[in-house]
Amino acid sequence: MNNPYLPIPVRLTKNFIETEDRLIHTFTLQFLKEEDENSFSYMPGQFVEICVFGKGEAPFGIASSPTESGFLKFSVAKVGVVTTALHAMQEGSILGVRGPMGNGSAVEKLKGKNLVIIGGGFAFTTLRSLITYILHPGHRGDFGELTVIYGARNPGLLLYKEELAEWEKRSDINLVCTIDVPCEGWNKRVGFVPTCTKEVAPCSDNTYAIVCGPPVMIKFTTPVLEELGFSPGQVFLSLENKMKCGIGMCGRCNVGGKYVCKDGPVFTKEELDRLPPEY
Amino acid sequence: MIIKKSELSSFLDKLTGQYQVLAPVKKGLEFYFQPISSGVQADLSYSNSVTAPKGILFPQSETLFNYDVQGETADMQECLDTGKKVIFGLRPCDAKSLVLLDKVFHGEKYQDPYYLSRRANTVLVGLGCGEPRGTCFCASLDGGPFGTEGLDLLLVDIGDKYVVEVVSEKGASFLTGASLPLAGKDDRAAAAKAKETAFQACTINLEGLKEKMDVNYDDPVWGFLHEKCLGCGACTYSCPTCHCFDILDEVKDSTGCRVRNWDACMFPLFTLHGSGHNPRPTGKERFRQRFMHKFKYFVDNYGAFACVGCGRCILNCPVNIDIRQVLADIKAGGDEK
Ligand SMILES: Cc1cc2nc3c(=O)[nH]c(=O)nc-3n(C[C@H](O)[C@H](O)[C@H](O)COP(=O)(O)OP(=O)(O)OC[C@H]3O[C@@H](n4cnc5c(N)ncnc54)[C@H](O)[C@@H]3O)c2cc1C
Ligand code: SF4
Ligand code: SF4
Ligand code: FES
Repeated sequence: MNNPYLPIPVRLTKNFIETEDRLIHTFTLQFLKEEDENSFSYMPGQFVEICVFGKGEAPFGIASSPTESGFLKFSVAKVGVVTTALHAMQEGSILGVRGPMGNGSAVEKLKGKNLVIIGGGFAFTTLRSLITYILHPGHRGDFGELTVIYGARNPGLLLYKEELAEWEKRSDINLVCTIDVPCEGWNKRVGFVPTCTKEVAPCSDNTYAIVCGPPVMIKFTTPVLEELGFSPGQVFLSLENKMKCGIGMCGRCNVGGKYVCKDGPVFTKEELDRLPPEY
Repeated sequence: MIIKKSELSSFLDKLTGQYQVLAPVKKGLEFYFQPISSGVQADLSYSNSVTAPKGILFPQSETLFNYDVQGETADMQECLDTGKKVIFGLRPCDAKSLVLLDKVFHGEKYQDPYYLSRRANTVLVGLGCGEPRGTCFCASLDGGPFGTEGLDLLLVDIGDKYVVEVVSEKGASFLTGASLPLAGKDDRAAAAKAKETAFQACTINLEGLKEKMDVNYDDPVWGFLHEKCLGCGACTYSCPTCHCFDILDEVKDSTGCRVRNWDACMFPLFTLHGSGHNPRPTGKERFRQRFMHKFKYFVDNYGAFACVGCGRCILNCPVNIDIRQVLADIKAGGDEK
């Protein structure tokens, strides 16, 4: 029997300070064994449990895309025991990952649609995976127009700045970055994500919205989408309930009868509207 | 087949050579399932054990694997328990609880090797309930004092002996070689009589409960049901169907182990996010979760109530919250209180 609790050993090859406040680091991990790398197949939106031996495990969305082979990437905010240990980790250290976990099926449903991807804060990680996947020459044709709205409190807190700059130059993606309050040296948009969404979101016809961010951003963005004519079935949300097992057994991450780890973490708003608001 | 009570301990003695035998053992005034080394330690004159025998297959604390991480290598040794066990004399309600846990631990996509390997290597010898306790209500949950769901063998007490009924193939092959005497006509009649006259101190009517819970998430009833509750978790730790757990590390130098411990939805930390946000912030939401999980979500996912009516949560609650009353209040709804 395959043991879902045993981590796959990986090496930390890069521990990169991602944000100016130094609270988010981006980690690059490589598999120790080639067979593990080959059998680890994932889709944007999925997550893993990262294990810091001696400290424990915690779930993180995969920030790399399956189109980038040879490594996995994660951006992690420092909040507690495991994340603090991760931040202090030396490059070259051995870690473990369990996964991929969660439903990676949402991408299939997005094919043939125009997309508006809306992200705030560090929840942008799995959206980076999705955007990178879509922009891959082998996949770009499967999707319609692509609009990305990404907000952070200030410019220093934006993740993946180099990539954002590259995406800004491309014609096959409309990237709109916004910060909460004006700041010196920032000549782009200022304002909260929901307001920005109202102004730049495309027409809802044949369009799906993918929203990923802190609960308060989600709370104020979904009504805006509704106003713009997006039906609950056209809006995808990713949840981040507290998790341990990641496989639907420890009973921790449920929203009503659904387990976020196993049945999610991506749900349509239509699905969530049928569940209690316990997220 | 029959086992004479006078020969029970020698029967168990023989088993202890081949299996780890776990049976009710009296400690003070209470009974606990414990490994026995000699048949005389077992005491079947009990109503039920304080803690559920669930803990034999899904221990309160267990090591999942040991590891040694040094430099470039990570060595991991999984700790699977494949020893042969017999749980002797468990009650039908507790056997039924294992059928419910099977559904959780044997998922479509993931299987839990720790629980399942113990389960596969364990023979369940049940003991019919002649005198259920006042807090028992198994018959209201598709079970009964002589229910056989989940069991391999069932013992029926007929005075000076037990009639042994074979329930599963595993039970039948367990008995081969035991050379027990066959049950006579009188024995079988006595067993049938014992079952017929078995009484249930209490029944509750669960008709319409699930339908009610499909729509009562916002019912005012949740506002007062939890008020007495301390959130101590005694109900969940004693429950044979609760399966929530935590996973953590224990370390010494480069070696360590990953451990899983029971956990409970009644604790605030259970769902607290890293950001400080908690989706079930107060006792109200947590109390509702416990009941919703057992009587709605589990039904939606697995087609059965996650309660076997053992009554342990009633006996162990420090503030006398009685699940039978809670369910009646839920059914009645908040408006009528
Ligand atoms: C599907 C999914 C995807 C996720 N993706 C990401 C991601 O891509 N990036 C990311 O950064 N996070 C992500 N998270 C969140 C991440 O899993 C948590 O931040 C992480 O589990 C925290 O683990 P920890 O051990 O560091 O915190 P813990 O130590 O477990 O902290 C847990 C709780 O304790 C509290 N706490 C910690 N220390 C103290 C203290 N000293 N005093 C009082 N309280 C304290 C914290 O506030 C927190 O509520 C994701 C979560 C999910 C479910
Ligand atoms: S909820 Fe109470 S009565 Fe039901 S199985 Fe659990 S402990 Fe027994
Ligand atoms: S045993 Fe009683 S007080 Fe303790 S958590 Fe359960 S219902 Fe609440
Ligand atoms: S994390 Fe254990 S059930 Fe979802």
